[in-house]
Amino acid sequence: MTIAKNWLTRRAMGALGLAAMAAAAIGSTPAQAQGTGTIKVGILHSLSGTMAISETTLKDVMLMLIEEQNKKGGLLGKKLEAVVVDPASNWPLFAEKARELISVQKVAAVFGCWTSVSRKSVLPVFEELNNILFYPVQYEGEESSKNVFYTGAAPNQQAIPAVDYLAENEKVQRWVLAGTDYVYPRTTNKILEAYLKSKGVKDEDIMINYTPFGHSDWQNIVASIKKFGSAGKKTAVVSTINGDANVPFYKELGNQGIKATDIPVVAFSVGEEELAGIDTKPLLGHLAAWNYFMSVDNADNKAFIAKWQAFTKNPKRVTNDPMEAHVIGFAMWVKAVEKAGTTDPTKVIDAMIGVAVPNLSGGFSAMMPNHHITKPVLIGEIQGNGQFNIVSQTPGLIVANEWSPYLEGSRDLIADWRSPMSCGNFNVKTGKCGGSAK
Amino acid sequence: MIPLRSTILTLVLVLGGAILMAVLNLGTAESSALHVPTYAVSLAGKYLSFAMLALALDLVWGFAGILSLGHAAFFALGGYAMGMYLMRQIGPRGVYGNAVLPDFMVFLNYKELPWYWHGFDQFPFAMLMAVLVPALIALVFGWLAFRSRVTGVYLSIITQALTYALLLAFFRNDMGFGGNNGMTDFKDLLGMPLQADTTRVGLLLATAVMLCLMFLAARFVVGSRFGKVLVAVRDTESRTRFLGYRPESYKLVVFVASAVMAGIGGALYVPQVGIINPGEFSPANSIEAVIWVAVGGRGTLTGAILGAILVNLGKTYFTGALPELWLYALGALFIFVTLFLPKGVIGALDRFRHIRPVDEVPPEKISEVTG
Amino acid sequence: MLRILLLCLLMLAPICAPSSARADDAANEAVVALAGQNFDDIRRGVEALGVSGSPRAAAILGALQDGRLVLGADKQLFIKLPEGGYQAALTGEPAADPGSVRPVRVNNSIRRSVDAALGALRLFDASAATRASAAEAVFKSRDPAGIPALTRAIAAEKDSGVKRTMEQARAAALFAAGDASEADRLAAVATLRDRGDIDARALLSTLTNQPPSVVEAAAAAVKSIDFSLQLWSLLQSVYYGLSLGSVLLLAATGLAITFGVMGVINMAHGEMVMIGAYVTFVVQTIIRNHAPGLFGASLFFAVPLAFLVAGAIGVAIERSLIRWLYGRPLETLLATWGLSLLLQQAIRSIFGPTNQEVGTPAWMSGAMQLGGLSLTYNRLTIIVFAVLVLATLMAVLRYTSLGLRMRAVTQNRRMAAAMGIRTPWIDALTFGLGSGVAGMAGVALSQIDNVSPNLGQGYIIDSFMVVVFGGVGNLWGTAVGALTLGILNKFLEPVAGAVLAKIVVLVALILFIQRKPRGMFPLKGRAVEA
Repeated sequence: MTIAKNWLTRRAMGALGLAAMAAAAIGSTPAQAQGTGTIKVGILHSLSGTMAISETTLKDVMLMLIEEQNKKGGLLGKKLEAVVVDPASNWPLFAEKARELISVQKVAAVFGCWTSVSRKSVLPVFEELNNILFYPVQYEGEESSKNVFYTGAAPNQQAIPAVDYLAENEKVQRWVLAGTDYVYPRTTNKILEAYLKSKGVKDEDIMINYTPFGHSDWQNIVASIKKFGSAGKKTAVVSTINGDANVPFYKELGNQGIKATDIPVVAFSVGEEELAGIDTKPLLGHLAAWNYFMSVDNADNKAFIAKWQAFTKNPKRVTNDPMEAHVIGFAMWVKAVEKAGTTDPTKVIDAMIGVAVPNLSGGFSAMMPNHHITKPVLIGEIQGNGQFNIVSQTPGLIVANEWSPYLEGSRDLIADWRSPMSCGNFNVKTGKCGGSAK
Repeated sequence: MIPLRSTILTLVLVLGGAILMAVLNLGTAESSALHVPTYAVSLAGKYLSFAMLALALDLVWGFAGILSLGHAAFFALGGYAMGMYLMRQIGPRGVYGNAVLPDFMVFLNYKELPWYWHGFDQFPFAMLMAVLVPALIALVFGWLAFRSRVTGVYLSIITQALTYALLLAFFRNDMGFGGNNGMTDFKDLLGMPLQADTTRVGLLLATAVMLCLMFLAARFVVGSRFGKVLVAVRDTESRTRFLGYRPESYKLVVFVASAVMAGIGGALYVPQVGIINPGEFSPANSIEAVIWVAVGGRGTLTGAILGAILVNLGKTYFTGALPELWLYALGALFIFVTLFLPKGVIGALDRFRHIRPVDEVPPEKISEVTG
Repeated sequence: MLRILLLCLLMLAPICAPSSARADDAANEAVVALAGQNFDDIRRGVEALGVSGSPRAAAILGALQDGRLVLGADKQLFIKLPEGGYQAALTGEPAADPGSVRPVRVNNSIRRSVDAALGALRLFDASAATRASAAEAVFKSRDPAGIPALTRAIAAEKDSGVKRTMEQARAAALFAAGDASEADRLAAVATLRDRGDIDARALLSTLTNQPPSVVEAAAAAVKSIDFSLQLWSLLQSVYYGLSLGSVLLLAATGLAITFGVMGVINMAHGEMVMIGAYVTFVVQTIIRNHAPGLFGASLFFAVPLAFLVAGAIGVAIERSLIRWLYGRPLETLLATWGLSLLLQQAIRSIFGPTNQEVGTPAWMSGAMQLGGLSLTYNRLTIIVFAVLVLATLMAVLRYTSLGLRMRAVTQNRRMAAAMGIRTPWIDALTFGLGSGVAGMAGVALSQIDNVSPNLGQGYIIDSFMVVVFGGVGNLWGTAVGALTLGILNKFLEPVAGAVLAKIVVLVALILFIQRKPRGMFPLKGRAVEA
């Protein structure tokens, strides 16, 4: 062992020490925001990795909304400042970044997440640090947190009306429930299965199929759907297939000649953005159920589309349902902050309930005590130009069932965040607030 | 052989750093300039868990020449064992208030706990599993692979197949491990609430101590006679065999030991990040771990720890500061390191003084394929 | 258009004749219904128009099917002509531009009615393909009202294939006709049994209100169809396997060169595939904007271009990065991994993170029936393409001087250099070749998968598995490996499900490598042991 060597290793050790110090330094960067006159808004959407394909758009929408609000003079006399981070489609990183946004950047609220697992990952962080998350995507329900506002659809705001439509208008009697193997399709299909059975559909008329994420070879699954559909009863596919796998799925449908007039597919995860990657002519007439379509014909929506296309400098950019959810969520937050007169999360959370803002489908959406919003349900048929032709719309707004009455475990649960109940999973049978907190 | 003084320095810095953070977190007021926020404590704990994975990897790659592209699988398995324990600890505080079944089982209509979940409510049992399961898989896999002399890139590729197969398996909801969502929303560990600052600080300290113990153990192993044979196996396996050693046994022992280390790292990682899910098995994670080792300096042990901390620090910083561009930075870093710092940061510091220590890593043996 | 109408008039003379005035009235009424908002009314309008006997029915319904039937301001119906301009729907006379229009509302049940109505109207069309699809539409609608028209059409039909479809359609409709004799019904069962496909089975297995002899015959027919379908499904699985195998082969061939022949672990290989797919996208965009007529041939432009672009990038990578890392295969792994991150992010920055639309040319859409086999054209094209790529590559390696040099360099670098071969240059070209082939694979994959920055990631692991399984350095091995894995996967999938099948294949692969550590077809000789 030479002296030089020792010196060197000490240098190396120095580097190690430096790293440790830097870790501490990053953590302890003082929050500059305080007192500078801006209100920080966190944007927690993946900009790289597998989910970037869907989430980047939402980040852009938020930037646009914040810019617009600032043009209107900001909020409470202060300018809004967007803090964008990239959780890189990595679930533990979501939790880390959420913590960073709240405890280092001191944001007033966070708009973010897409997948259920990312929401589950950040949920404890928001509850611990008492901040607000706006979650804009349709999801499986079975959750209601004090600190999360769910602006996407619960299963009864999307799946059940879609199935009703098919049963009534297409006289469907046989059902294929096809989904990607994760919690949203699993839960949605469980709910649908129970729902269909309650409507008298027999076991042998339901086929359930799960595929892995990013499944790209659909040949025999499509063939087996075709076979299932040839039993003489009208058959439909209810698809909870996740984003990435849809393009190859639809391409295979088109190639194997399954037309919507024979076996219609109704999808809950396929919107304008997903269709932008496909030649939709072979898909004519397949369906999707959402709470918003770009083709909704009203002035608000037209103005929004024009703004969005101008903001992205792309006259062909499409809009979709989760974007609308952010529009609603952001408007609600602004309103609640104005109502509360502060951005203090505890007060804003209380002020949120009951806030109603116009949605883009024509009408008002209101924040309910279960932290979900009321929504209209629209069914659209895919057209040759990648847009949806709206063929059905629920007459009124639908209130979310965050706890599905079709699932055994959640049948007796309700959520109500108003005091005195203030509980996300109140069991009406036992009369107790089950689980966490109390 | 790792020099004594660098060993001491590593120990002092890891332990000292952790203790310093602990004191500054618990002992100072939040408004104080010296205060270290809990956020930083958790981050440091996460880095040190990763450092364990890197250390484990350096042991097999740096000293036995086994480039495992599936080491994160052992890390994740350890993490799952801990996750299962934490899940059971939630008890009736889950959203459905079921005392036995975790939430995800309730809404997937499980009627009772699957057999392989039994015992995980006991901390010692769970920790035993966190060590035993990775060890067992490494043993079976290693025994098959080394016995039939699968080496070089072939070995790398099948380790990747291993972690990929596990990834797919854990994604399946039917497996009973929570599918894609994995496990989350943990409440407490050994009766201590996970969200309390003291628990977090305790976990950081435990991680730091464990890392130091592992580092010492690894140092002892590579400095021993056993370690010398390992290096011989790494450099020329056939010659070592002709000398009468059984390279496969040596490799198997170190591979299993390394898997155990990774498993412990995973078990400590989970309570600090609050989630375990199949994403941890993704081959990209394993490759990233290899990169930590390469950045720090392969075959130096210290370098593995340094690399893991540096790269993750960079990732934390850049995903916040340059959210749109950080992948460029990360990608460029890997290229830069391989091209210009073949021996990593530690090696570069050495070269800075134009001196090559005798116990440095010898040049990589020429691959079997290129001839 | 006019000719079709004339033909329709001629052929339909017996139907059209009775009273053209009454037909016009019926058509007028039906058309009013089409202008409505209510889907049920529109559907009834379509049905009424179909049986109205109006000479305009086929034209109006055809326009509705193509989405060219539009409503003017005062609920006047117009047909938008494909070549531009408008036509009054009821009279067929050219009309002035009606200003703002909206298409007649359609949904699936209306589309079904349109198909059925058009089927009956187009049985006498001039084109055999149209007649065949019309007969197929009647087959699906099973409407006994179409039987007289079908009988006439069968008598007039010259094309034997179309005639068979018409007979099947008549057979299908017959069961619902109250006045069909038992013998006719039995004959219909036989006709459907001969058709032998899943639709025929569906029909036969759901017959109701039939005489006992017919029920019995139908049951026997179902059994025989089931048996043959089972045999065909076996073949079908082989086809699926071949098709998956050829996708794997395409993705892995480039890697077989860079990894197999050169020993470079190129983790950026998937990104070369992705670049190929994006080249296809760019080519198609340019063609769409500047020469829409060439769209059908877009892939023929894309393939060589993708090869050149990906190849050039490959050469650049080799010159700037890989060449410093020869002999250190594990370091190349790290560097190319970094490179793959860079390339992905670059594509994301340039094209955005969302999927890009790559169209499928008409000749690659749809499927052909070969007995009970359904061969989708795009998959078939990919199989052929994979074989072509592999054959070309082998020919290049074996018969060209470049190939000779490549083989020389990989077998014995120093000796090759001593013989005057510029080994660095050959290295660059070999790497470029491998990357170029990956780019061509991207063109093929753009037809079946997402064109997104993540495209390559999905294939990289599978590609490595294929190359290692087949035996590094052996193109034949890669081919056999890809096909074996593809077929194995597709036979396991129906039994075990997609996920489990993949896990089983991976575990089998790991065990296989333990048995044969150098793959199925290991290279022999000293190079291997070095």
